[in-house]
Amino acid sequence: MKFTKKEKVSSSIPTASLPDIIFMLLIFFMVSTVFKEFRGLPILTPAARSTEKVEAKRNIAYVWADKNNRISIDDKIVPINAVSHVIGEKFAVNRRLIISLKIDKETKMGLVSDIQEQLRDAYALRVNYSTRFK
Amino acid sequence: MLIGKKKKPAAEIPSSSLADIAFLLLIFFLVTTTIDMDKGINLTLPEKGGEQVKIKKGNIANLLINAAGQVLLDNEPISVEQIREVLRQKIGEKGYDNQGKPILIVSIKTARETDYDTYIQVLDQVKLAGVTKISIAEPER
Repeated sequence: MKFTKKEKVSSSIPTASLPDIIFMLLIFFMVSTVFKEFRGLPILTPAARSTEKVEAKRNIAYVWADKNNRISIDDKIVPINAVSHVIGEKFAVNRRLIISLKIDKETKMGLVSDIQEQLRDAYALRVNYSTRFK
Repeated sequence: MLIGKKKKPAAEIPSSSLADIAFLLLIFFLVTTTIDMDKGINLTLPEKGGEQVKIKKGNIANLLINAAGQVLLDNEPISVEQIREVLRQKIGEKGYDNQGKPILIVSIKTARETDYDTYIQVLDQVKLAGVTKISIAEPER
């Protein structure tokens, strides 16, 4: 009786397409990476339970305000009555602008209200109070 | 005389290390990417000079916050943690409109000296209660 040799099943994982997969991942991360442009002011945002995520990171403009009543937009200290002008210019470029208000928890409401009035002057009505999850 | 065949130099670019290079770049971007989603409480401000809408007084709940962080709901003192429950009851009493949104409107008014944190805590409670119509009154000068 003749014994036929059993065919061996190839046990290697094909690695020819590995670079393609890696490149795809690489391109995804390259595209989705947003390098931080500025840091803003040192603040501590309040915590809230109804915190939601904001989509569309590219439509967001940040307005920073700390407890010493300083306001910063794009890393520049802006006086309160110039906020509407600065935001108005941004809003003219992008109509879907969302203003993220990064305000320190010890800031007084007077300043917050003044900023909101300035935003209303600039027709930038979509705001987001930046908070942490509680 | 024997003429030896000239060896042809390899005309290929070695691609075996391509994956390694790509991996290195990938790891760099993985490490440097900060997917920090912006998060916070969304609110749409009213348009300036917009038309004034008349609302029945009974459909409004007034929240007043003073400079010390004390809260009045319809002229009665209340703690911040209780706001949600009381507003839930009020929403239930007033019912819902034909779009399924609560009829109740909450007006929040602060003093100019009120801390922003207190305001956010109150706004948080109002949002958690399910109120969709929130009016932010300007603080008095």
